[in-house]
Amino acid sequence: MLTRREALLGTATGAAAAALLGSVLATPALAQAKVADIAGLPRVKVDLVAPPFAHAHDQVAKGGPKIIEYRMTIKEQPMVIDGEGTTLRAMTYEGSMPGPLMIVHEGDYVELTLVNPETNEMPHNIDFHAATGALGGGALTHVNPGEQAVLRWKATRTGTFVYHCAPTGMIPWHVVSGMSGAVMVLPRDGLKDEAGKPLKYDRIFYVGEHDLYVPRDENGKYKKYESLGDSYDETLKVMRGLIPTHVVFNGKVGALTGDNALKAKVGETVLFVHAQANRDTRPHLIGGHGDHVWEEGKFINPPAKDLETWFIRGGSAGAALYTFLQPGVYAYVNHNLIEAAELGATAHVMVEGEWNDDLMKQVQAPGPIPTN
Amino acid sequence: MKFGSLLVTSAIAVPAIALAVISQTGWPAAAPPPSGFASPRTVTITPGTLAYRMPGEFLKSERPVDAPKEDVRFRRPFEIMAYQVSISDYGQCVADGACEAAEGASDNKGALPATGVSFRDATAYASWLSGRTGETWRLPTDEEWAFAAAERFTDDTLGIEETNNPAARWLARYRSEAEAAKGRDPEPKPHGHFGANSKGVYDLAGNVWEWTSTCYRRASVNHQGDVESSTDNCGVRVTGGQHRGYMSFFIRDGKSGGCAAGMAPDNLGIRLVKERPSLFAALKAFWRSAAG
Repeated sequence: MLTRREALLGTATGAAAAALLGSVLATPALAQAKVADIAGLPRVKVDLVAPPFAHAHDQVAKGGPKIIEYRMTIKEQPMVIDGEGTTLRAMTYEGSMPGPLMIVHEGDYVELTLVNPETNEMPHNIDFHAATGALGGGALTHVNPGEQAVLRWKATRTGTFVYHCAPTGMIPWHVVSGMSGAVMVLPRDGLKDEAGKPLKYDRIFYVGEHDLYVPRDENGKYKKYESLGDSYDETLKVMRGLIPTHVVFNGKVGALTGDNALKAKVGETVLFVHAQANRDTRPHLIGGHGDHVWEEGKFINPPAKDLETWFIRGGSAGAALYTFLQPGVYAYVNHNLIEAAELGATAHVMVEGEWNDDLMKQVQAPGPIPTN
Repeated sequence: MKFGSLLVTSAIAVPAIALAVISQTGWPAAAPPPSGFASPRTVTITPGTLAYRMPGEFLKSERPVDAPKEDVRFRRPFEIMAYQVSISDYGQCVADGACEAAEGASDNKGALPATGVSFRDATAYASWLSGRTGETWRLPTDEEWAFAAAERFTDDTLGIEETNNPAARWLARYRSEAEAAKGRDPEPKPHGHFGANSKGVYDLAGNVWEWTSTCYRRASVNHQGDVESSTDNCGVRVTGGQHRGYMSFFIRDGKSGGCAAGMAPDNLGIRLVKERPSLFAALKAFWRSAAG
């Protein structure tokens, strides 16, 4: 009798065994056995953390593959998206824009319980760009208000990947109403530079960028709607113009500035994870650089080095590693500066530490121009 | 020539401090006030002195330092609007074709202050109001604003040690302005919402910053803290509010973001000072009426 292990590894010999192997692989019994095998993996329940931060995790995996359990509740809610009180009828994972960042290692399984409370108006689902099959899981997670579903997928490729809602016929509307986030699948032995040398970070800043399309009334003022359904027709018209009214980091103009500015110290290494599910963007750290940048976000490719600005394709997430060398207030922007300054795509990082005169010095302060 | 640009030029020629004591004579001839037009309510600010933190950027040995303080004496009382110019007040100027429509809300529910106005709009309004009332209205200087604001004036000193680290001041300024902005609702509120200060002036340092006529100044100070040299930039004016703001004269809605890593005013609005007729102005008016 051919054992399951022999069948999987192809260690049985002879034509009969090979023929048997073919038939065994085709039987549902084997699939059941695989599930039973996965059932033996250690399970870890991880509580998600609101952006711009990430849940606690090991950069280098400890032990073998695990099943990482997450639970996300879909929240439909009005959200104020700028300083003028403009209100978006938002749809969100866990009440935040972007949805929370999930971090696992290659070979781990993500097991997500997706909850759509009955207080919601809309059906929802989730498409993980990191997952394989069934429209990224979208076809298996369609939940109506009052339902929940559980999806397990294997993290077979490393990198930062977008996830987003993808309900039939209404995909873009759900995405530009807030329903996107990111997963980071780390190599089991952690991040590496182009020569294979390990790279570490002290903290993650997780930035989700959203282009938003809020209709205006006849006086040019942004409209407020009583329900999602009420907002649909007019929002779709603005969307079809392809010109966003707001381009925001983490759900709101100023969500990462002022009292909510990010904080770091000179000498610290930060991994900026930047997700945009719908539209191209070009992050730039004013006064800094990207030391190691995975523009496409996929860690199997060597990182680009010393970038000034990097390109995140709409529908992807990228990662940039930077060690701060000077103190000060940095602006992290979408370097379409109109979008940064006028539409909202700006974050600030307050960096404490000692100034390095060698890197930069004001040789002469501004003053009157000498006349002779 | 537009009146707005005229005022900008004249203010360059006249040092800001002098504006506080010299009565202005360059205003257009007063038309007789039309019947039924009420002159805005003012509060009299009585004479006194003010230990005044100068506005602008100050350098000592080429390093940014807190602005020095000076004692400013107000020898004469002055009249300042009890409330900020309202949407309907400003709307009358727009209806008369003398002001451009403001960028802020235009629906005057419950006496909201006019917002989304630039320095140019503010001076155009002062000119129009002077014409309508036969009085002389103008923007306050930053000194006058600070004196009228009394306990609501924020001394914007950072009080940090002199250091070779230029980032120390950037971070301290950012922190203090972010702290002040915390939880502040930027939506303009009806007149009186922020209450009166000890001098009876309403809504100072709420969420609407007010234009002043004072120009942005960069100055070098010596070791005693006395100004040695300075350059004024009248393309940028001082705005009074929860913290001092410096805004280009054409800006109607201050923003932060991008390279400008500071906190912007929530809104820009107008509060004017009414000149008390000087002896000279009184004589001029008398001569005019006698000649006419």
